[in-house]
Amino acid sequence: MKEVNVAAAEPREFIAFRIGVQEFCIDIMSVREIRGWTPATALPHAPAYVRGVINLRGSVLPIVDLAERLGFPQTDASARQVIIVVQVGAQIIGLLVDAVSDILTLTTENIQPTPDVASDFVKSFVRGILAIDGRMIGVIELDGVMTTESEAAA
Amino acid sequence: MDTMAAIRETFFQECEEQLGELEVGLNAMEEGVADSETVNAVFRAVHSIKGGAGAFKLDRLVRFAHTFETSLDLIRSDQLATSPTVMRTMLRSADLLADLVKASRSDHPVDEARVEAQIAELKALSESAKEAPSAANAGGGDADGLDFQPVLLEIGNLGAPEPQAARYAITLIPAPDLYRKGNETVRLLRELSRMGEFRVECDTQHLPPLDALDPEGAYLAWRVELTTAEDEAAIHELFEFVIDDCELEIVVDRAAAALGANAPAETAPTAPSVAAGALASPSVSAPAEPIEAVAAATAAEPEKAKTEAAKPDASASAPTIRVDLERVDRLINLVGELVINQAMLSQRVLEAGLARSSSVAAGLGALEQLTREIQEGVMAIRAQPVKPLFQRMSRIVRELTDATGKIVRLRTEGEATEVDRTVIERLADPLTHMIRNAVDHGVERPEVREAAGKPAQGEVKLSAAHRSGRIVIEVSDDGAGINRQRVREIAIKKGLIAPDAQFTDGEIDNLLFMPGFSTAQSISNISGRGVGMDVVKRSIQALGGRITIVSRPGQGSIFSMSLPLTLAVLDGMVVKVADQTLVVPLTAIVETLRPKAGEVHALGVNARVISDRGGFAPLIDVGQELGYRDEAADPVGSVVLVVETEVSTRCALVVDAIHDQRQVVIKSLEANYRQVPGIAAATILGDGRVALILDIDTFVARTNRSATAQEPLLAAVG
Repeated sequence: MKEVNVAAAEPREFIAFRIGVQEFCIDIMSVREIRGWTPATALPHAPAYVRGVINLRGSVLPIVDLAERLGFPQTDASARQVIIVVQVGAQIIGLLVDAVSDILTLTTENIQPTPDVASDFVKSFVRGILAIDGRMIGVIELDGVMTTESEAAA
Repeated sequence: MDTMAAIRETFFQECEEQLGELEVGLNAMEEGVADSETVNAVFRAVHSIKGGAGAFKLDRLVRFAHTFETSLDLIRSDQLATSPTVMRTMLRSADLLADLVKASRSDHPVDEARVEAQIAELKALSESAKEAPSAANAGGGDADGLDFQPVLLEIGNLGAPEPQAARYAITLIPAPDLYRKGNETVRLLRELSRMGEFRVECDTQHLPPLDALDPEGAYLAWRVELTTAEDEAAIHELFEFVIDDCELEIVVDRAAAALGANAPAETAPTAPSVAAGALASPSVSAPAEPIEAVAAATAAEPEKAKTEAAKPDASASAPTIRVDLERVDRLINLVGELVINQAMLSQRVLEAGLARSSSVAAGLGALEQLTREIQEGVMAIRAQPVKPLFQRMSRIVRELTDATGKIVRLRTEGEATEVDRTVIERLADPLTHMIRNAVDHGVERPEVREAAGKPAQGEVKLSAAHRSGRIVIEVSDDGAGINRQRVREIAIKKGLIAPDAQFTDGEIDNLLFMPGFSTAQSISNISGRGVGMDVVKRSIQALGGRITIVSRPGQGSIFSMSLPLTLAVLDGMVVKVADQTLVVPLTAIVETLRPKAGEVHALGVNARVISDRGGFAPLIDVGQELGYRDEAADPVGSVVLVVETEVSTRCALVVDAIHDQRQVVIKSLEANYRQVPGIAAATILGDGRVALILDIDTFVARTNRSATAQEPLLAAVG
């Protein structure tokens, strides 16, 4: 399994957020902005975790329900939820999460390998585990969040 | 250095224009509809390329252009007839010239053998024409003119010993040809006058009496005394383009320079001195002596001829500016935002409950009008005629006829039709492929054609026209038409269709668009390289267009492409389906109706049809199809949009309500997501929300797929 690509000596910042009661985080460098929930336009023939598209200042932004993507029950989207706008490769997508909780500064040593658990979802997106102040935070790798065409067709 | 690169780039851009002119002219000459003006235009094009190339030391280009020009000059002076053979050589030379320009631009190597062969061919033509030599054509027909050396500005010399002012005595005696080629002595003299201290005298000695005067002759000579720090090469360079058409003598007199330019030599004291300042006026202002008036007239005459020569050019291209494409695109994006913003504003005003008659509403209406006009104006900036694209195709046909031994003529129509630049760019590859197909597979060999009672020369027609807000481009040939039996066999052999499947002719023709399909018996290097019509179809679809085939055995095939004029906006109908707002492209909608109970009929278990102009159209519930609702709505009481697909099948789409009809700005879904089947793109509506734009063709194709058993076929085609 691939480790999060962080140079040992250089501390980097992560944005932590909540999905239900669990906490996850992503590299702050990929975050473009954080904004409130706006109703999305549903996309036909889309996987269930794609909630639809919204207008982000003139461009069309797909919204991924990260809870659903990770195998949790679907987020009941309301004004309380937030959208983290992230860049994945050349694309910009919005991640629907319950709340942004923290900004963490850490180095590779802080990240422990993901324990061998049964969930495929966890295996595919969680690249490591952080233990801070008794909290456990999953480090999410964004590359696989939006699937390829073939996976969507299957 | 940077400026130099910029100038060089401009030169190559101009070369492209010249090459276009060249090709148009040569094609006209080939058709036999060329007047002397066309021939002159062709000559000028090559001449300008040669001239520019000389300045950039593109020796190979200069050398070839010179040979080419020499041959063209023979045609111009009627020493060489424009026979089909000659014209073929000329067209091939034009192709090579285009290649050389391209090679020079990118510093790529060129096929020397090809250049030499073409030069030899041109030379042979010149030789054959030499049998009828003419005195008027001094040097023009000289095939040995190959050792032409452009006179270059020797920049290195400028830095050498300190520039010392020298006095030059320059004698210029223009030949009639100088004016005929559109040069002008007044310009040359004006340029000279800028180089330093300048005195000019006009020599009218050779001016004949009025009754003996040839209005197109050249009788005047000029003597110039120039004191300048520039060296002799610079002066020579000034005359670079006219050196063949005049007598020029430049004598250096350094000693005299020191004395200053007083007392001109005893040259023609009777001739009036023309002050340098007066040169700006084309006619020489002269004393009221009859002979001088004639001199003025003579000087004015070539000027007039020149203006006339330049006229067709002027009418063909109004003054233009070159603008960075990126700037235009940025402007287009901004206008797109403006349109959305304006729509939002309208909606807000509406929500605020202001009366329609209020001044705010009136102002808003004016704003909407203005926005639309700005948008159309900006779109027009990106629109370009399809002419250059079509010209490229004529070259392809030419090369193919040489390679296949077929005789094919390309006829083009509607070249002035304008369409968005991106559409043109992305059309080049599919169109090339279709033209190749038309020549390679469509048109038969001459002997086969004659046996079938057709002229040996086949014809491929390429036409463009605007039709109801779209551009329709057709590639048609008068060949054998599609061999449906073979198409069917191949499709069965390749496992694309079941052996017992029944197809209509139209469906068989459409098999050509299936991936990996190629009917070529042997894989030729012309068409048949694994990329087939499926790629063509996909490229056209990616542009929001559709492609159809009409083929009649023995009479030929017509491939017809219908494309949007712009990729930025679309006229659409805004409809409501199960709480979602959708946009249906207006071009696809034939009619809208509210069905009555008697018009809807059930067919089979869950299919329903509606009576439509004597026939029946299948009813498709848009909401159900897109997964917005589980149960189809009752068509009675809903609104039905009758749409027509690319294969001219009619379908009736059931929606809940029609909201509006408006122009929407197209936003890509693929940029941040991916292609969605049945959906063409997205747009942003007045309330700021995203609405999806339906892609009628793929939408209907998908419905058919789920409804019929022909899954593999339609999955591949759609």
